Amino acid sequence: MADFDFNVIWSSLPFLWQGLQLSLWLTFLSIIGGIVLGTLLALARLSGILPLSLIAATYVNLIRSVPLILVIFWFYFLVPLVLGRPIGSFYSALIAFVLFEAAYYSEIMRAGIQSVKRGQIHAGQSTGLNYWQIQRYVVLPQAFRNMIPILVTQGIILFQDTSLVFVVSLRDFMTASSIVARTEGRLVEMYLFAAVVYFVICFSGSMLVRSLKSRMST
Amino acid sequence: MNYNWNWAVLFEEQYLSWLISGFGWTVSVALSAWCIALVIGALVGVGKTVPNRVIRAVSATYVEIFRNVPLLVQMFIWYFAVPELLPDDWGRWMKRDMPNPEFVTAVIALALYTASRIAEQVRAGIETVPPGLTSAATAHGLSVSQTYRYVLLPISFRMIVPPLTSEFLTVFKNSSLALTIGLLELTAQSQQIAEYTFQGFEAFTAATVIYVCIALVATGLMQLLEKYTRIPGYVGTEG
Repeated sequence: MADFDFNVIWSSLPFLWQGLQLSLWLTFLSIIGGIVLGTLLALARLSGILPLSLIAATYVNLIRSVPLILVIFWFYFLVPLVLGRPIGSFYSALIAFVLFEAAYYSEIMRAGIQSVKRGQIHAGQSTGLNYWQIQRYVVLPQAFRNMIPILVTQGIILFQDTSLVFVVSLRDFMTASSIVARTEGRLVEMYLFAAVVYFVICFSGSMLVRSLKSRMST
Repeated sequence: MNYNWNWAVLFEEQYLSWLISGFGWTVSVALSAWCIALVIGALVGVGKTVPNRVIRAVSATYVEIFRNVPLLVQMFIWYFAVPELLPDDWGRWMKRDMPNPEFVTAVIALALYTASRIAEQVRAGIETVPPGLTSAATAHGLSVSQTYRYVLLPISFRMIVPPLTSEFLTVFKNSSLALTIGLLELTAQSQQIAEYTFQGFEAFTAATVIYVCIALVATGLMQLLEKYTRIPGYVGTEG
């Protein structure tokens, strides 16, 4: 068994912290973008307008059947091609994550919207609200509330997913750990440390979900 | 957008065989990991519901650890860290003599990760069996293991087939992470074709189409299984 050298973690903390900040920032932006786009997709799917719901359903099912790594590769290749100029790895990754996670968030929001009782919509209609007002003031607030625990759970999964930007060498926490691991030749310490950090963050997140759930059920 | 289309590149000798071999690795990793994950997942899932507190705690710890660390980190730990942590002889064997090290490592990592997710489904399945059935079994004088064997498991395994469908799809998608430790599965091969030929659009489209086909076939198979295992007249299995 190799003798451990945990000093390497201490001395590279600033570098790792920068990586972790990038991971958290990417997670945050992707959650916001994913929920917004996902909600629009869910509304399109439940709109009752056939072409619209068909397009939304096709998009969601297509994205949900391919791996995230492939989607990241797709956008690394496509975004500069479409825009005609490179926009940097962070924004390519961000676009890939928003478009990928939107498909998953849309399924959650769809279930949330369907959990709102019909009577609520009828009540909205009879008070003279139009479609957008009903969604904005009646359906979505309740759908969102009902789904908060699952939305947070998906956020935790998204945070774990951001480690995959490793495949395009964007310097998130995972890539930073692996750079230190290689340059210092301390693979065991660094990967175990990365595992501990991810575990602490994700486990705290799932504790939060648990307390949200029990608070909502009372 | 300035792009030279060349779909024929996908059917050129070398690249076509890259795609086929990538497809082969993706399916082998996913199916091998799935079989192992089903066994471990079922054991751990049952472990989370048994009366024995020690077994419950061990199972819960397993699930929390494997679920809360990204699969990529787990892959790296199995590949880079575990051989160093094992006794010298075993570590040397893993690094030098183990056949197909990337494949074996990817399967182990993916299987143990997927098992933690299956365990949660199994636990949920067992918990949805009405408590009256367990009481009835106890009243009949069945032991704990008999209750599981004859009452809880036959019902709950049939009830968790629908949620397992999405896990089954996920295992194929997650097998793409094997590329990070150097296994040339489908995603890696398409990326490699894109790099060699500069025909990224065609290469990634090919991979996407193959993944969609895998998803369609997998969903179809699971729906057949669902039909076959549905419990007639049971709550939540209408139609």
